[in-house]
Amino acid sequence: MSKVSTASPSQIGRFTSEAFAVHLAEQKSAPAWWLERKRAAYAQFAALPMPRRTDEAWRFSNIGTLSLDGAVLAAKAGPVAPVAGFTPTLSFANNQLVSAHVPPALAAQGVIVTTLAEAAAKHADLLKAHFMAQPQKLGSAKFAALHSAFVGDGAFVHIPKSVELADPVVIQHAASGDQAAVFPHTLVVAEENARATVVDLLVSAAGGRHLAVGANDLYAGHGAQLTYIGAQNWSRDTLAFQLNSIVVRRDARAQSLNLHLGARQARHESLSQLQAPGAFSEMLALTVADGTQEFDQRTLQIHQAPNTKSDLLYKNALLAKARTIFSGLIVVDPDAQKTDAYQSNRNLMLSDDAEANSLPGLEIQANDVRCTHGATSSRIDPEQEFYLQSRGIHREAADELITFGFFEEVLNRLASDPIHEALRDLIRSKFQK
Amino acid sequence: MPTLDIQNLQVAIGDKPIVKGLSLTIRSGEVHAIMGPNGTGKSTLAKAIAGHPDYTITGGDVLLDGKSILEMEADERARSGLFLAFQYPSEIPGVTIANFLRAALQARLGEGEEIDATAYYKRLYGKMDMLTIDRKFTSRAVNEGFSGGEKKRCEILQMAMLEPKFALMDETDSGLDIDALRIVSEGVNALRGPGLGVLLITHYQRLLNYIVPDFVHVMYDGRIVKSGDKSLALELEAKGYDWVKKAV
Repeated sequence: MSKVSTASPSQIGRFTSEAFAVHLAEQKSAPAWWLERKRAAYAQFAALPMPRRTDEAWRFSNIGTLSLDGAVLAAKAGPVAPVAGFTPTLSFANNQLVSAHVPPALAAQGVIVTTLAEAAAKHADLLKAHFMAQPQKLGSAKFAALHSAFVGDGAFVHIPKSVELADPVVIQHAASGDQAAVFPHTLVVAEENARATVVDLLVSAAGGRHLAVGANDLYAGHGAQLTYIGAQNWSRDTLAFQLNSIVVRRDARAQSLNLHLGARQARHESLSQLQAPGAFSEMLALTVADGTQEFDQRTLQIHQAPNTKSDLLYKNALLAKARTIFSGLIVVDPDAQKTDAYQSNRNLMLSDDAEANSLPGLEIQANDVRCTHGATSSRIDPEQEFYLQSRGIHREAADELITFGFFEEVLNRLASDPIHEALRDLIRSKFQK
Repeated sequence: MPTLDIQNLQVAIGDKPIVKGLSLTIRSGEVHAIMGPNGTGKSTLAKAIAGHPDYTITGGDVLLDGKSILEMEADERARSGLFLAFQYPSEIPGVTIANFLRAALQARLGEGEEIDATAYYKRLYGKMDMLTIDRKFTSRAVNEGFSGGEKKRCEILQMAMLEPKFALMDETDSGLDIDALRIVSEGVNALRGPGLGVLLITHYQRLLNYIVPDFVHVMYDGRIVKSGDKSLALELEAKGYDWVKKAV
């Protein structure tokens, strides 16, 4: 393994030790432990190699276009308009907070919605316990380390015991300016029996080439019900990594839905850990892949305790020459009896030139479990297309309708109608380009 | 007056000729019934006119108001005023009837024009009431899990909302019990008028008791072999298709 000082530019791009030193110098008010973690993360980033073609975790991925070259830590930017239909509680642009509208009702309930910087100062124990605390098992340890090293002002959301939020907490992370590197982070801790919905919006202010290396840490404590919605709509010239960790405790339920629309190449890794009996993680994703986009999704459902449940449904619609990769693994630990795990990847092919790759997998060490998985790819049914066209609907609009119909099964799992509708609008905007 | 003019039309599926030179002129306000035994090309005729990509027009022409529609895709033909009521309507999972019909109406508007949602629902509910379709249907996926009767009523609902110049109704009576047949027929009769021409394709005379045609044509082996008024249907019912086959 190469040392920090000898890391070649192709391994670290312009994230040199000098650039890191400049970044550290800007974190003047951060506590020592936070800076120490950043230093350790930087060392790890510089030491780890870039993904290689032979890495199983990167099978089918386009390795040649993963380069970090060119991108630099984004300069300060002004506020970015919110995604239509959403009212951000916190809005970040280029790693810095640009606006905060925390409703007084939240504070009155004891809910904390703040920045990582403030959390590092005031809620160090929570941050230490939950920030990037879970193992990176899906291939992007290097990018996770890069994220930890350069992360700026992300979002910290803490919902105290038995508190139920009436409205979603919406966090917007924006990138602005050519070659801007952004490191969006959203950390959510739902304590015992808390109920909350958190929305993460990942957007570009305008076109331009960005590098986005984001992460989110979700923790659903005993009996908590946490819904997380991540909507990714980076510029079409963005190289994006998003690393998602979900920890589910006893009798808790975590529901996550990731919507993938933007970026040139987007890698998404999602790890669910079912840590105590009664834990349930529902993992949902919708992707609209067009042009020459590549969406690369890797998932891991780890059942670490008996009587836990996970249910994964990832749906991709592929147009033009787009590519998708889904690689999912269900792991059942030896004592996780009565596990109920489901994993399904469905691809709707709207083009003969698109390519969907599926690698579903199981690793079961207990003997009394129910695990099912499957992957399907299907073309649009020409009879359905003709039926819609025979009503005067243009072919493209017919394909769009069929795609929405295909997605509806996933969107219908959301309890919130307003979010459902706003997500539909966001998906529609991709078809109107 | 709008006319649908089918001129010496020849249709093949793959290399197999199915419709072998069929001519028929339908004027607005008229209801024409085409009867004939199974496998004689009735459904092929309807789907080919509607623009189904599996059917190849090998000769002849179809003119809508004097203009050939054969170069048009199915959606353009529909926007020009054609409507096909399917014998077996497709199920479209996840797409509600409300959204589907809205998209169909939206497709008929110009760039930048939007449907007035309030007026749309008012009109939709009015038509649904006429066809005794429960309003809850608007949020159900198109044809998914529908009974035979529900599917056919849904076809008539679409026809009522889209207001075509000419409707091709392919075996609309198939799979209907007597109550559903009556409701569907009443719906069609309510839409009848000087602005609509209908081509009614049916195997049985039964439907024609409810929707009384102005003209009846008998189709056999890809051609119209006999034409007359509504009494022809009764004659056919009495004598059977063998009578026509022998006459050919």
